[in-house]
Amino acid sequence: MKKELKFKVNGQPYDIYVKPKTLLVEVLRDHLGLTGTKRGCNSSSCGACTVMLNGMAVKSCSMLALQANGADIMTVEGLAKGNKLHPLQEAFLDHGSYQCGFCTSGMLMALRALLEENPKPTKEQIKEGIDGNICRCTGYNSIIRAVTAVVKGEYKEAK
Amino acid sequence: MSKYSVIGTRVHRVDGPEKVTGSAKYTFDLVLPGMLYGKVLRSPYPHAKILKIDARKAKRLVGVKAVITGKDTIGRKQGIWRRFPELCDEEILCREKVRYIGDPVAAVAAIDEDTAEEALDLIDVEYEPLPAVFDPLEAIKEDAPQIHDGVELNININRHIEWGDVDEAFEKCDHIREDQYKCCPQAHVCMETHDAVVSYDYGGKMTVWTSTQSSYYIQRLMADMTGLREGDIRVIKPPTGGGFGSKFELDSAQFPAAILSMKLCKPIKIVLSREEEFTATKRRTPMYYYLKLGAKKDGTLLAKEARVITEGGAYTAMGATALYLTGFFSSFPYKYPNYRYDGYRAYTNTAPTSAMRGFGAPQSTFVGESQLDMMAEDLGIDPIEIRRKNGMTPNYEVPGQAFIQSCGLHQCLDKIETHIKERGKLPPNHGIGVSAYGFMSGGIFNWFDTPYAFSAAVVRINVDGKVDLFTGACDIGQGSDTTLSMICAEELGVKLEDIRIHAADTGICPPDLGAWGSRETLMNGNAVKRAAADCKRQLLEVAAAKMAPNIVYDFDIKDCWVHLVDRPERGVSYYDIVKEAIRGRDGNAIMGRGYYTPHRKGMISPAYSFGVQVAEVEVDPETGRYKLINVTTAHESGTVINPVGIEGQLEGAIMMAGGYGFCEDQPMDEGKILNPSIADYKLIRSLDMPETEILEIDTYEPEGPFGAKEAGEGLTNPTAGAIGNAVYKAVGVRINDLPITPEKVLRALKEKQKKSK
Repeated sequence: MKKELKFKVNGQPYDIYVKPKTLLVEVLRDHLGLTGTKRGCNSSSCGACTVMLNGMAVKSCSMLALQANGADIMTVEGLAKGNKLHPLQEAFLDHGSYQCGFCTSGMLMALRALLEENPKPTKEQIKEGIDGNICRCTGYNSIIRAVTAVVKGEYKEAK
Repeated sequence: MSKYSVIGTRVHRVDGPEKVTGSAKYTFDLVLPGMLYGKVLRSPYPHAKILKIDARKAKRLVGVKAVITGKDTIGRKQGIWRRFPELCDEEILCREKVRYIGDPVAAVAAIDEDTAEEALDLIDVEYEPLPAVFDPLEAIKEDAPQIHDGVELNININRHIEWGDVDEAFEKCDHIREDQYKCCPQAHVCMETHDAVVSYDYGGKMTVWTSTQSSYYIQRLMADMTGLREGDIRVIKPPTGGGFGSKFELDSAQFPAAILSMKLCKPIKIVLSREEEFTATKRRTPMYYYLKLGAKKDGTLLAKEARVITEGGAYTAMGATALYLTGFFSSFPYKYPNYRYDGYRAYTNTAPTSAMRGFGAPQSTFVGESQLDMMAEDLGIDPIEIRRKNGMTPNYEVPGQAFIQSCGLHQCLDKIETHIKERGKLPPNHGIGVSAYGFMSGGIFNWFDTPYAFSAAVVRINVDGKVDLFTGACDIGQGSDTTLSMICAEELGVKLEDIRIHAADTGICPPDLGAWGSRETLMNGNAVKRAAADCKRQLLEVAAAKMAPNIVYDFDIKDCWVHLVDRPERGVSYYDIVKEAIRGRDGNAIMGRGYYTPHRKGMISPAYSFGVQVAEVEVDPETGRYKLINVTTAHESGTVINPVGIEGQLEGAIMMAGGYGFCEDQPMDEGKILNPSIADYKLIRSLDMPETEILEIDTYEPEGPFGAKEAGEGLTNPTAGAIGNAVYKAVGVRINDLPITPEKVLRALKEKQKKSK
């Protein structure tokens, strides 16, 4: 029996019907076509599916979609404003903070949530912020350099 | 000022914008109209006969469209060592026998993944379990169960390398060490699991979208296994979420999807679950190592002997190559006048072992660098000094094996020595360990038996000056699309944004063996450079005709300016010359071709990179726990084409190779992998990641494009050895079996205490 799910994704309101066991990541990817959010393990261990729910980072593979009823979700597709990239995205480009790119969306959302909670994180706090996100390519340090540059104000957010 | 305009500069990757916005479409993201979803049924037994498969109930389930077994295939066995039919031993869909827990026996196509999964439970497979063997040392005994018919003592393959007179040389040594080591398995853990979308149409053509390191290999192997013509199969590699050696053999996503698609003429998608990825894809080869090393009092190494038995798992895969390379790289990076290697690969009833980043060299480097440090200590010689004394130098021939042209090992040692001195006196329980290494820039061997050039490229210049670069090279995240675009732009004298790369689509790109053995920068880079040079020559002919200078002048293109080399102010715009050239050729676009196949470069590789790494650890002697504080590397890879790319390769390798030394392992019980999830398989996360420093080394490789050589896999070799040596320096215990876990360190510390009492 499908149930109603009303929520906002990247500012866009949706009113859809989903099976109760449907995961949030399935609704985002398979129903809404927002394939930027990845699935790496389906057990909340790798972080590739990280999105923001009401400003907090959550693993969308380990949440039922219906638990997001009424919530405000942001995915990687919501980071850029029109054709202007978010400072984190700009910094990732400059610092080579991604290689295969499969963890990148989740990594960016974990960091976006971190900066929302704490706009001036220390290096240790940045590391803690992405400890739930595995990157098998970069070794994390280029990601930490990118965030540090954003924290220092080297990148301006588009108005 | 650099003589180069593009290479050596810090650029954004060409796939950057799509990757940081989540808009890159991986195989994982693809959906085709009418597409069905496949799932694979796998053996729960490590070794068993298949007596009967009854799929009637599964086929009746609503939503199930087809069930296939080995009987639906043409009954061939595949393998990547195609020159040797007896080493092509893997059916992928087993017909008579399963040989490891996870061996595929059937596959289902259904309207969605849940239905396909449900159908798997309805397939009845009747097995007759057979005695199984898991340890290679057991597998080679007379009474061990035979895993493949006709393979005596389960010895899949052996390799012997020898030069000089080892036995005589040991007689002359002042000191000899004999040590034994055990190297653990390691999982690749690509963030995108193995997956494929295969569409076979009524016209008999097949298209495969797959996450792969070699679209050409998959095309060729798929042709072998389906009986289709190579040219009727088009393999396209979308952005790929990591490979690390796991994705260049035909796998249990691609092949079952193809057989299902051929049966139904519908697109089929199969994505392996993370658990399947851990248990039923290939992994780094575990090895038992015996090493004997002999030296003179002054530290001159006279002879080395290595004997290795590797755990092959159920099939050959690329494990035969790992067996060969671990033997060759056991002599690296030193000048042994006498050397002998004997390696045996034993079949076992475990998941097959194969290629993984470093390809046998992380094992040989861990054991060799551990033993060398002990030799240095026995002789009272500084670890840097013993490496300096014996290290390879430029223009050195590894007797009968390889010729090394550029080699910056001694520069690396100098820089690392300075780094250690600058660090000064260490706090208590800290230790710094050294490890030196080398690696190849692509393999010369052709066990795959390709009739094509190893690498090839086509460059086409359009009327607006935009350049289309077609290459079979596979960007799996390592950045070859960017590096090759940079090489193309530099050679042609245009901007990076003038290049549009089309890669790894067998329908439009020339064949390339793919991304393994650190081959793309050198081999494909040479092909791209030659194709671009071919185009440039054609443009310069037009420029010379137009400007008509004295014919003694040479022309070149740089920064989109076609000019006289000696009078750079005299020239014309590249864009104008392109327009005129195309108009002058009756509208034909400018096309250039280039290829590269190594010749007369020995048996292993056309070029070798070298480096030295140090790891600093802090050990807690109460618990055995230790922290990776800092890893500093001097790596020489010839001319640096893409500096951001090299930093990424280097730091990423430390995460992976540090994990190999520090925590990654796949414990098993009766052939069952006990930690098949990311929660249970420990790898280095951000909080465990050490500081990483890179010391720049300047070398030039005559064989490489613009002097470049590998910078990908070699970096995976040194870290486990450096960690082992650092732990020893910190608290005086040696761990000879990987990974070096706190439990092992603590146990060793306790034993040491007992002995000293």
